[in-house]
Amino acid sequence: MNEPVLELVDVVKTFGKGSTEVRALNGVDLDIAAAEFVAIMGPSGCGKSTLLHLAGGLEDVSSGRVRVAGRDLSDLGLVERAALRRTDIGFVFQRLNLLPSLTALENVALPLELEGMGRREAASRSVDALAAVGLTEQLSRYPDDFSGGQQQRIAIARAIVVERALILADEPTGALDTMTGDSVIELLSTLPGRFGTAVVLVTHEPRFASWADRVVFMRDGVVVDQTASTVPVSAAGAVT
Amino acid sequence: MAVREGLLALLHEGPRHGYQLKTEFEAATGGVWPLNVGQVYTTLDRLERDGLVGVADSDGQKIYSITIDGVSALGAWWEAAPADEPPPRDELMLKVLMAIERSTERGDAHALSVITHQRTVLHSMLQSKRRARSTEATSLAARLVTDALVVRAEADLRWLDLCESQLNGTTTRKARS
Repeated sequence: MNEPVLELVDVVKTFGKGSTEVRALNGVDLDIAAAEFVAIMGPSGCGKSTLLHLAGGLEDVSSGRVRVAGRDLSDLGLVERAALRRTDIGFVFQRLNLLPSLTALENVALPLELEGMGRREAASRSVDALAAVGLTEQLSRYPDDFSGGQQQRIAIARAIVVERALILADEPTGALDTMTGDSVIELLSTLPGRFGTAVVLVTHEPRFASWADRVVFMRDGVVVDQTASTVPVSAAGAVT
Repeated sequence: MAVREGLLALLHEGPRHGYQLKTEFEAATGGVWPLNVGQVYTTLDRLERDGLVGVADSDGQKIYSITIDGVSALGAWWEAAPADEPPPRDELMLKVLMAIERSTERGDAHALSVITHQRTVLHSMLQSKRRARSTEATSLAARLVTDALVVRAEADLRWLDLCESQLNGTTTRKARS
């Protein structure tokens, strides 16, 4: 019942070897439910970005399991994992989200075209996705022509243009002023309700974390505490 | 606290009745600062006594207006530092300082766990304020009042982060020495 979209079981991640070994994650258990918006907070070096990279299959665990949409990432080869990333996981980073040589519309359409969708249909779906994030004009301009907040909206449009189970956002407001940051996070917070997408946001800003259904606190590579989820109990993930 | 000056600010816009001052004060402060009518009239009496407000009768109702002295008192208030600028003696600070005191005595992790728990509590509060702001806060004043609560909670959270890193720094130094 209500299988979590993202499931981390006793996840350990180390970098380096021997005396220089660093344990970035030291046994993390975390479930994220469908359509749940979870913020992950903690001091620099607490492992929150590493957790996001493992969840997105960008890095491998040292031990433990990461399951996305019911599939264990360790069981997947590189090609399968890349396919899972394209179809099930959307990423929004602090910057360098968009390809500068493609227009806003082309950036959003890219994942659809990689999936083999025809150009016309991809463009039409991309226009819809951009409208869903509040962008309806100047779609054939290049990323540099847009403000920082608008660029993040384009990145979010690209993340939702494919119906994905999970969106991973790593400090997406890092380069934005407070009001613009608020509007980007507010937009992210609407995705679970509108599209059923789970959103995991890594941030160090309490005001941005406050949009989430649940805030998870990390320190020294472990989850130390979390707020109660505001998602109904039956649907909410829980730390085991 | 600053009810006197709040009423003067409203009277600076023109003469008003006591009850009108009450409703305008509450609207301007986003509904978080309710006044009872008695408090309004007591304050107006004092302002009149101090020569900052004048009273006239209009159709059997008292109508209040600001005097020249009132205008200059109001001018000084806009410029002055807020009187409630904290000596930082709130409960959160006391709790954390006491927990640190105890941990230092006993060498335990009590302080760290109090900080962790208080952070979670503050975050839960921040979440509910955020939700209230999204759904309930309709007037500009009400939104700004919620924003004030949010940024104060943020400040408390930053302070907890600093406590935690200082505490960890102390522990690390002790462990090394």
